[in-house]
Amino acid sequence: MLAEWTNTIVQGVLLGGLYGMFAMGLSLIWGVMRLVNIAHGDFILLGAYVALVFGETAGLHPLAALPLVVAAMALLGFLLQRGVLNRTLGKGLLPPLLVTFGLSVVVQNLLLQAFSADSQALRAEGLTTASLQLGESLAVGWFPLGVFASALLMGLGLQFLFARTAFGRKLRATSDDHETVQLLGVDEKRMYALAMALAFALMAVAGVLLGMRTSFAPTDGPANLLFAFEAVVIGGLGSFWGTFAGGVILGVAQAVGFRLDPGWGLLVGHFVFLAVLLFKPEGLFPRTR
Amino acid sequence: MTLVSTHALTAFYGDFQALFGVDFELDEGEIAAVIGANGAGKSTFLRSIAGANSADAGAVRLAGAPVGGLGAPRMARLGVSLVPEGRRLFPSLSVEENLQVGRSTGRVGPWTLERVYRLFPRLEERRAAPALQLSGGEQQMAAIGRALMGNPRLLLCDELSLGLAPVVIKSIYETIPQLAREGVTLVIVEQDIGIALGVAQRVTCLQHGRVSLSGAPAGLTREQISAAYFGH
Repeated sequence: MLAEWTNTIVQGVLLGGLYGMFAMGLSLIWGVMRLVNIAHGDFILLGAYVALVFGETAGLHPLAALPLVVAAMALLGFLLQRGVLNRTLGKGLLPPLLVTFGLSVVVQNLLLQAFSADSQALRAEGLTTASLQLGESLAVGWFPLGVFASALLMGLGLQFLFARTAFGRKLRATSDDHETVQLLGVDEKRMYALAMALAFALMAVAGVLLGMRTSFAPTDGPANLLFAFEAVVIGGLGSFWGTFAGGVILGVAQAVGFRLDPGWGLLVGHFVFLAVLLFKPEGLFPRTR
Repeated sequence: MTLVSTHALTAFYGDFQALFGVDFELDEGEIAAVIGANGAGKSTFLRSIAGANSADAGAVRLAGAPVGGLGAPRMARLGVSLVPEGRRLFPSLSVEENLQVGRSTGRVGPWTLERVYRLFPRLEERRAAPALQLSGGEQQMAAIGRALMGNPRLLLCDELSLGLAPVVIKSIYETIPQLAREGVTLVIVEQDIGIALGVAQRVTCLQHGRVSLSGAPAGLTREQISAAYFGH
C-alpha cells in the first residue's frame, strides 16, 4: 500500500518535471513582454512533429534531431515575434491573445493537413522503456528521470541567464521599463524577438521529450497549453523555480487522481489549480521583491 | 564645432502640438540650459533630440548629420543619452545592474563602473542595493551614472532637481561642469532658473513651444528672462 503510493508520488513528480518544462517558456514570455501565447501548446507539439520529420526523412533518432529541432524552432520564434507578435504589443492584453489564438488554429490545421489526425510517436528504441529498480516494488524509468533532470537544468540555466548575464539583465530591464531601456540603446523589439527565440528553444525540447514519452496528435496542443498555464498559476509568476515547482505539484495531483480513479487524474489537477486560484491567486511561490 | 542643432523642430505630445519650429544650436563641450514654465515643451524638446519623439529627419542634426526620428536606441548608439525626468531606474535591478544596462550603447570611451563610482562614491557603497531603496539624490546619481556608462557625446538631463533637497541638488550640480571638462556636451532642462543659469554657458527659454529668448546668461537681464519665462 505504502509502496504503491510512493510509486504514485514519484511518477507524479517526474511527470511534473515535463509540465514545468512546458510552463517555463510561457512564464518567460509573460515576464518579459506581458504576452500570453495561446498557441504555446501547439508550438510545443510542432516541435515534436519537426523531430518526426527528421526521423522519417533522415532516419535521425529523436535525441540526435533535438539540436536541429531547437535551432529550427528558435528561428521560427524569432521570425514570428519580429514579423507578427511585435505588432500586437503595447495595445493592451487583447491583441496578442487574439493573434496567438488565431495562430493556434492555423498550426493545428496545418498539422492536420500535413500529418492527418492519426496519432504519431517518436521512436526511441529501448531508451524510453529501460528502468531503474529502487527497492522491491519501486521502479523509476530512466527516461522520465532524464526528463525531470533536463527540466531542473533548464530552470537552473534560466535562473543563471537572468541573474548573471548581460542578456538577462537587459531582459529584466526591458520587462521593468521598456521605454527607458531604449534610451540606453537597447532595441526593445529585438529583445522581444530574442526572448521568443529562447522560449521556442525551450518549447522544442519539451515537444521532443513529450513525443518520446507518449503518442501525440495535431489537436493535443490546447491540453499542453492548459497544463503549462496551470503550472505557472500554481507556482506563481516571476521565478523559474516557482514555475518548476508548480509543474511538479500539478504532476503529483494528476498522478494521485489517476491512482484514486483512472477517470479522475486530470480533474484532480484542475481542482488543485482552481484551489490555488481561489485561495492564493498570486501563486504558491510568488516573486518576493 | 556644432555638435547638435535643431531646425524648425516641431513635435507633438500625444495629439497636442508641443513645439512650433524650435531652432537651437550647441557647440561641442558646452553646457546649455533650457528653461521655461510647466508645459512650455522642455521635456518634449529633449525627447525629440533623443529620438524618443518623432521628428523630421532634417529637424535634428548631430555633428551635421540629419538624425531626426531615428528612434531612441539608435540615437543612444550614436552617443545621445537622456537622463529621463523622474530617474526611471529599473526596480528589479540592483544599483550596479542599473549602471551596467547603460553599457548597452556599445560605445567605447572613458566611462566605466570605476569611473562612475569615483564620480559618485555613494553609489559604490550601495552598489548591491535594489535601485528603489536609494534616496532620491542617490537615485538621481544612479540615473546620471547609467547614462554615462553609455559613453555619450551629448547628455540630456531632464529636471535633475525634481523632488530633491537643496543641498542634494547643489552636490549633483557640482558634478555637471566636471562632466563638461571630460568632453561631454550637456543640455540641462530645469524649472529652477537660478541653478540652470549657474552652470550653463548658453540659455534658451521656451514659451508655449517657441523660443522666447536665447543667449549667454551673463548678457541677459532678470527682466528679459522673466518676460521670456512668463510672457508679458
